[in-house]
Amino acid sequence: MLGKLTWDAIPFDQPIPMFASGVVALGIVAILGWVVIKGHLPYLWREWITSVDHKRIGVMYTVLAMVMLLRGFVDAIMMRLQQSLAFQGEGFLPPEHYNQVFSAHGTIMIFFVAMPFMIGLMNFVVPLQLGVRDVAFPTLNSVGFWLTCTGALLVNISLIVGEFARTGWLPYPPLSELKYSPGVGVDYYLWAIQISGIGTLVAGINLVTTVLKIRTKGMSYMRMPMFCWTALATNLLIVAAFPILTATLAMLLLDRYLGFHFFTNEAGGNVMMFMNLIWAWGHPEVYILVLPAFGIFSEVISTFSGKPLFGYRSMVAATMAICILAFMVWLHHFFTMGAGADVNAIFGIATMIIAVPTGVKVFNWLFTMYGGRIRFQTPLLWAIGFMVTFIIGGMTGVLMAVPPVAFVLHNSLFLVAHFHNVIIGGVLFGAFAGYTYWFPKAFGFRLHEGLGHAAFWCWLVGFYIAFMPLYVLGLLGMTRRMQHYDVPEWHPWLIVAAFGAALILCGIVLQIVQLFYSIRHRAQLRDETGDLWNGRSLEWATASPPPAFNFAILPDVSGEDAYWGIKERAAEQTGQDKRPDYQAIEMPRNSPTGFVCAFFATLVGFALIWHIWWLLAVGAMGAYATFVVFAWRDKDEDEIPAEEVARIDRDNLIARRTMLNAPGIGT
Amino acid sequence: MSTAEATSDPNALHGLEKDSSAGWRGPASKRIVTGYGFWIFILSDMIMFAAFFATYAVLHGQTADGPSGHDLFDLRNVAIETALLLASSFTCGLASIAADERSKVWFQLAMAVTCILGLGFLALEGREFADLVARGAGPTRSAFLSAFFTLVGCHGLHVSAGILWLLTMMAQVFAKGFRADIQRRILCFALFWHALDIIWVAVFTVVYLLGSAK
Repeated sequence: MLGKLTWDAIPFDQPIPMFASGVVALGIVAILGWVVIKGHLPYLWREWITSVDHKRIGVMYTVLAMVMLLRGFVDAIMMRLQQSLAFQGEGFLPPEHYNQVFSAHGTIMIFFVAMPFMIGLMNFVVPLQLGVRDVAFPTLNSVGFWLTCTGALLVNISLIVGEFARTGWLPYPPLSELKYSPGVGVDYYLWAIQISGIGTLVAGINLVTTVLKIRTKGMSYMRMPMFCWTALATNLLIVAAFPILTATLAMLLLDRYLGFHFFTNEAGGNVMMFMNLIWAWGHPEVYILVLPAFGIFSEVISTFSGKPLFGYRSMVAATMAICILAFMVWLHHFFTMGAGADVNAIFGIATMIIAVPTGVKVFNWLFTMYGGRIRFQTPLLWAIGFMVTFIIGGMTGVLMAVPPVAFVLHNSLFLVAHFHNVIIGGVLFGAFAGYTYWFPKAFGFRLHEGLGHAAFWCWLVGFYIAFMPLYVLGLLGMTRRMQHYDVPEWHPWLIVAAFGAALILCGIVLQIVQLFYSIRHRAQLRDETGDLWNGRSLEWATASPPPAFNFAILPDVSGEDAYWGIKERAAEQTGQDKRPDYQAIEMPRNSPTGFVCAFFATLVGFALIWHIWWLLAVGAMGAYATFVVFAWRDKDEDEIPAEEVARIDRDNLIARRTMLNAPGIGT
Repeated sequence: MSTAEATSDPNALHGLEKDSSAGWRGPASKRIVTGYGFWIFILSDMIMFAAFFATYAVLHGQTADGPSGHDLFDLRNVAIETALLLASSFTCGLASIAADERSKVWFQLAMAVTCILGLGFLALEGREFADLVARGAGPTRSAFLSAFFTLVGCHGLHVSAGILWLLTMMAQVFAKGFRADIQRRILCFALFWHALDIIWVAVFTVVYLLGSAK
């Protein structure tokens, strides 16, 4: 009846997962209870869960990322603590638990923090910057988000029901084959990633189509804000790379479930084919994460320097060059495979070439700041912290692109330090910059500035203290993923690294405090005009938070930095009283399709993991039925009448005109 | 986005005749957006097949002392499969024309024939697979057979999903007629069905023709 699922699956004898999942369960029950008792459930259902509004979905993606960041960070703290304690000893995490912790940490941070954070910001910002009312496929957008949630949920269920993979964040065979990983851990990993991968692919198709086909009048390609360009490049990479991941993991699933021989040691299977395939997705994935961050920094640096982006066209070229080169370097993840000197040299050189467009970008950012009127507000601090940190990470990357060096440093903590250096310093700092920058747009009030500064400094200093020792440890010969060790030279560095992690914890606590403080004091922090940073692109041309339809009248774009141009023209023609010609707007109807579909997808995933075949049938038929019901509906749009549009738009227009008539207000 | 195209000429270019000198004129019509998005999906699907093709290319010699393609493939069967699938693409095209002409009878007829041809293809493929398994040449026999069953089976799964979609579209047209959104779905279905043909041509060539050579 329940397949492989028995009471043995729940680790009653292990206090740490029991305690952790108890806390999580209590938290969920408390939040749900509060929502139900306070009567917020209908509101949540109507306005958020069934919403197909790209802004709401973007916010929900970001919330998911932040919640999962806490989970992934708990794993990180446990690892740092374990390694600082486990000198000539056991530490506090038994090996099989420690292996799950580092596997879950990597999986969660990449798939359920970095990805949803970036997709969330793109979802929220791109249609606004393009001056349009929605994305190409609003309901599909909701489906994509909820499928990502399904993946995150399955990973978290593995904490208490069964186990998670012990294979690292990429399940390398033959360790991940049934023979060596007979438990459900790898299956949890595989189904969680397969299901959320479908969600990511859907998001990618949606945003590619949006950028290429849905832009406001006059918004030609070379007038798009930089963030839209990087979003385009990222989503092209998603569309081109994620199917490879799906195929690769499908092959591993077939090996595990049906006894196929893709990656087994027997019957002609080829283990190295897995490494090649997984990195053919995995390297583009790196750029899927960092390109939107580059876009965010471009927007932030330009806005807070009060200047147009320096070298816009070279920035576009660099972005698209990275987009293509991303597919040509995958082999540098396993120079030690033994492909031979020629092949290694080609991939080493290709890897170094990526540093060229990246360097172009860094110089463009520096020249944008040069001679600008710089305002050191929180988003810009993240951007400057990024530039310094990312350059260090990039240079260690170029160092490891030299194959002989890679042979020495392969799988060492030097590598771990390198990719944290670029992912934290690049992606996460970018996500935080974007979060601080666009938060007022999403909610109508800004985040507290002082707490934001404090959080930034804790993160920045904490990062250096946590990860610079790892470079040293790598050079001292320490390999990654060690549960315990006997080398006395390593011990002090690992203690220092643990202190760095504690400092990062302070940064996270400050960010939580900042969020709650800002919500409580939102009246003082309110953004009346919708343009509190004195912005340059169209998302600042509408109210904060924007109305459901984004723009009462679609803007007509006549140059780069579209909103800056509109403001300049308006300042020249003061006192104009042109009454806009409002018209009724049709917006897509909310739909529970995404949520219901993800519910059934969760059943499918859980059934497959535990071999509960009847539940699989129920889930699959439920998902199909959901789509048929969606396809059968007769009314898919609601009309907002012209008077309503006028009423919503008028107040903001007045506030905005007042600001424009007094130039230099900004912030 | 306007909904005006619901009543317009289905053969028109729907905004593609845009004057390039005037720059970008604003959001494209729903029909273009839907078709374009579905094209992107098909491209991503092709990349997934490319991964399976690459795997097959790497593993096709790894027979683990078991049978090779030369010992197993029956080209006559494959030729009939190919004929069925190509014919189904033709009738699918007829269904698209019928949808453009808003002829329910011809649409249902052409879709029904497409469905029968597709089912015929699946039956032949199923028979081939069952026969291979019965002869001890199932997917667990060797890496070559794992790759073969996965690549060809993945195409077969797509055809099965396509038939489920096809039946859903027939039911929808029966119940709702040629509404604008249903017309867009018919467009996407046709793209999907033709794309499966393209993939089959590659399967036919790479797996069966090259594989049955000595």
